[in-house]
Amino acid sequence: MVLMSLGSRARAVFVRFLKGLLKPNILLPIAGFTGVIALWWTIALFRHEMMPTPLEALTKNLDVILHPFYRRGIGDLGIGWLLIESLRRVCIGFLLGAMVAIPVGIWIGLSHNAWLALNPIIQVFKPVSPLVWLPIALAIFNSAEPSAIFVIFITSLWPTIINTAEGVNNVPKDYLEVAQILEMPRWKQLLKVVLPASLPYIFTGLRISMGIAWLVIVAVEMLTGGVGIGFFVWDEWNRLNVSSVFLAVFVIGLTGLILDYALAQLQSLVTHRSTRS
Amino acid sequence: MTSMLTSTSSNSPHAGNAFLSIEQIVKTYSKPNGDRFAVLNGIDMTIGQQEYVSVIGHSGCGKSTLMRIIAGLEKPTSGLVTLEGKVIRKPGAERMMVFQGYALLPWLTVRENIRMAVDEVFKTMSRNDRIAIVNEHIDMVKLVAAADKYPHELSGGMKQRVGLARALATRPKMLLLDEPFGALDALTRPKLQQDVLEIWGQNPQAVMMITHDIDEAIFMSDRVVMMTNGPAATIGQVLDIPLPRPRNRRELSESKDYYDLRNEALDFLERYQ
Repeated sequence: MVLMSLGSRARAVFVRFLKGLLKPNILLPIAGFTGVIALWWTIALFRHEMMPTPLEALTKNLDVILHPFYRRGIGDLGIGWLLIESLRRVCIGFLLGAMVAIPVGIWIGLSHNAWLALNPIIQVFKPVSPLVWLPIALAIFNSAEPSAIFVIFITSLWPTIINTAEGVNNVPKDYLEVAQILEMPRWKQLLKVVLPASLPYIFTGLRISMGIAWLVIVAVEMLTGGVGIGFFVWDEWNRLNVSSVFLAVFVIGLTGLILDYALAQLQSLVTHRSTRS
Repeated sequence: MTSMLTSTSSNSPHAGNAFLSIEQIVKTYSKPNGDRFAVLNGIDMTIGQQEYVSVIGHSGCGKSTLMRIIAGLEKPTSGLVTLEGKVIRKPGAERMMVFQGYALLPWLTVRENIRMAVDEVFKTMSRNDRIAIVNEHIDMVKLVAAADKYPHELSGGMKQRVGLARALATRPKMLLLDEPFGALDALTRPKLQQDVLEIWGQNPQAVMMITHDIDEAIFMSDRVVMMTNGPAATIGQVLDIPLPRPRNRRELSESKDYYDLRNEALDFLERYQ
């Protein structure tokens, strides 16, 4: 009796779980991923010399996945350590970039003259691939580490400057008039009205910057070497270890997703408004 | 050019004892081709210390420009506005404005929106006194339950209550209401009009209200100033509203005086159609 009721309850839970999976917002993403893996598998089966099948890639990488934080001698670090190194570079470069970009963006958003002076520079530099700055940075710093950070810093500047200026420009005139009627001094208007009103735009810029910075760090590390997820990719390729490169694709993708999600959460915390991430 | 149109009001702008006095206000803008373009062409009017005055006219007649000049947000091309004899040159908290679009800061709660104004205007007052003023005005506009909500969580009527509370909480010498009920739906509007009248009745002060609703103007005001069409608008006619207060919408709707005033205003506005 007891066993039977337990069995039926377990079955009920299982059925509910299956029904939950059938919801389109869960089912369709799963279907999408399954499709990509199926495609990969098909190609790998026919051209096996080109790439491993997903199952082979998984078994070969099992050690790396299960022990992300191993230290087996100099330079032989788990993928978790590599990820942390890359994240550290991105965060330092990104924060330095934001510290410059937000004030500059506010400045050119407020002053038409500043905008006239700086906008052409921004428009010229913006389409330049951040990697072009790498040789220049290496010439300046003579060292890989500050050069990588410098490239991330440059990368982070443009979207944040442009969006911040846009936000400052778009502060509703009513808000400023309220501040004027209350006889707020100019600096206080900036701090209490202009800055909070442009925060959604600033965050949009920061999120774009962060996205590009995360793209760029992998390429920079491929070129400069050292410890990092980008160097990991290049190193594994040189060892003809394509399985690990496939692993890196997922790790880099998921990390980028988490970074953007974290910024979106910070945004809704700071602006008191929910954002769609 | 400055010939004054007949005005039924005998108030002379140069009476000298007016609370707010608007004298010969002209406002012109330059067009891109260099021509001058007049919006207001010689406006004279006064508002008493406890008088509720509405300005009514068709869209684009410059009534909002007039209010912005009084608020100090725009400068007249010529003429001057004085409050208690002092010339108005810039915005000031003694002339608080209520905006048609509410102009609430969306990142602040109801309480914080009002608090910001109070903090800014009463800098020397103690913290407890300022909090007391904020609470008193949240209560006055019946928003106690919504005091810690953000503007996007409120209906239009509630938002305008916040706008009103923010304006009143700074204890201004006069209130400027720029189409305060314009964005509200037909069911919310009469309720808020009634509430505004009740608040004003308890503590009458100088009010200038922009509107394009004749019933609203007559129901709420002591005088209705009707403007001619722009460009180069002037005051066409001033209508005294001697209806007794406190006013009741239902009683008014049965009163012949009300309909006579309404017809007079309608006749005027139709002439300038």
